Amino acid sequence: MYDNSPWAAFELIARMDPVLISIVALSLKVSLSAVAIATLIGLPIGAAVALWRFPGRSLLIVILNAFMGLPPVVVGLAVYLLLSRAGPLGKYGLLFTPTAMIIAQFVLVLPIIAALARQVIEDLWQEYREQLGSLGVTRRRAIPTLLWDARFSLLTVVLAGFGRASAEVGAVLIVGGNIDGITRVMTTAIALETNKGNLALAMGLGVILLSLVALINAAAYLISETSRRRLG
Amino acid sequence: MNQSLSLSSLLPLELEQVSFSHRGQTLLHAIDLRLGPRGKTIVMGPNGAGKSLLMRLCHGLLQPTSGTIRWAGKPQASRQEIRRRQAMVFQRPIMLRRSVLANVCYALAVHGVSWRQRNALAMQALEHMGLAALAQRPARVLSGGEQQRLALARAWALRPDILFLDEPTSALDPAATKAVEDAIEEFHRAGTRIVMSTHDLGQARRLADEVVFMCGGRLLEQTPAERFFEAPASLEAAAFVRGELIW
Repeated sequence: MYDNSPWAAFELIARMDPVLISIVALSLKVSLSAVAIATLIGLPIGAAVALWRFPGRSLLIVILNAFMGLPPVVVGLAVYLLLSRAGPLGKYGLLFTPTAMIIAQFVLVLPIIAALARQVIEDLWQEYREQLGSLGVTRRRAIPTLLWDARFSLLTVVLAGFGRASAEVGAVLIVGGNIDGITRVMTTAIALETNKGNLALAMGLGVILLSLVALINAAAYLISETSRRRLG
Repeated sequence: MNQSLSLSSLLPLELEQVSFSHRGQTLLHAIDLRLGPRGKTIVMGPNGAGKSLLMRLCHGLLQPTSGTIRWAGKPQASRQEIRRRQAMVFQRPIMLRRSVLANVCYALAVHGVSWRQRNALAMQALEHMGLAALAQRPARVLSGGEQQRLALARAWALRPDILFLDEPTSALDPAATKAVEDAIEEFHRAGTRIVMSTHDLGQARRLADEVVFMCGGRLLEQTPAERFFEAPASLEAAAFVRGELIW
């Protein structure tokens, strides 16, 4: 029998339960890695789509916007097929590893970051366009300028991506397999422990997940607000 | 720096039958204009006359629908090189979300000045415009007048052959306007060709060597300043100088 009193969850947190700690650490590693890679690739994509006019641009914008709502289980399934033994990337043996989970979350987060960044950069470009043009700045040169000057708004964009990654369960469950000690993260553990009836651990994980997400958002908000106020 | 790269001046600037249309509407009609190597040209005219458009075409921010723009007799040969020897100050200054100093350094970097020289040159320009004390402040928290002076400092650092100013003082109070006008005189003394639009008659009288008068997308006259204010050639200009409404 599991101890299902509401205090059990806090007790697990209080004594830094090693299983709990490893689950939390893996969750952060997977989601932060996925968001970091998606940021590195998504911001330049968003900026490029914002600045250049090319055939199919509108279609690309619609696709990016639509993909912000990709169902995690569908992404999980697609990445599963890609990485499974018979799939095109099967030889790398990545299925049921943390790497597979990072890939799946990266696919989920990339459209969010690219689509929102596109909007932010396009607005700023409208404002800067004449002045940068007058200084002789080429579009390619304008990309780092705009990314830097939009940094506070873009931080919110990255946070939206992080929120998505840290909250989803479908994709990591399918490609990670929720293997104890290897690919178990907070969301998959909560689902599993709830099914098992170990509500205390599930609740503890839920509390930690919420607090971590709140903490990271609060820190980012504070940093951006103070610098924004300083920089006008 | 820029002067050392270029052996001859960009000027004169010649516009030949330059028209500009947007969405089927002709906004500038066959403009012929020659701007000589020195002096201060003030572009005047009521709102919607095409003053800003004309300056943007000269500066190269817009391309004419028809006609040619020639710098020093050559049709726009290397746009990059020509652009680097001009600067423009807008009605509403656009500042990057960085420090005052970084805004000037950025312009220098774009113009290919090595990072070693940037700071010194930028500080020099800021001192010139009385902004040295504000160097580390974020540019976007400056007042409107300070921002416009920063825009002038940014232009000063680039040592342009020609400086376009599009109603630079229309949102400023008299003191800030005075500072901008003084700065324009400084540019003039340093040999920079000035082309500025305004609809402030007093300011035009104070600054102009020559007036270009526009109305309804047409260039009605290009006249030495004294003659323009005494006896303008066109009826519209005469009414404008008297302070009457013209359409």
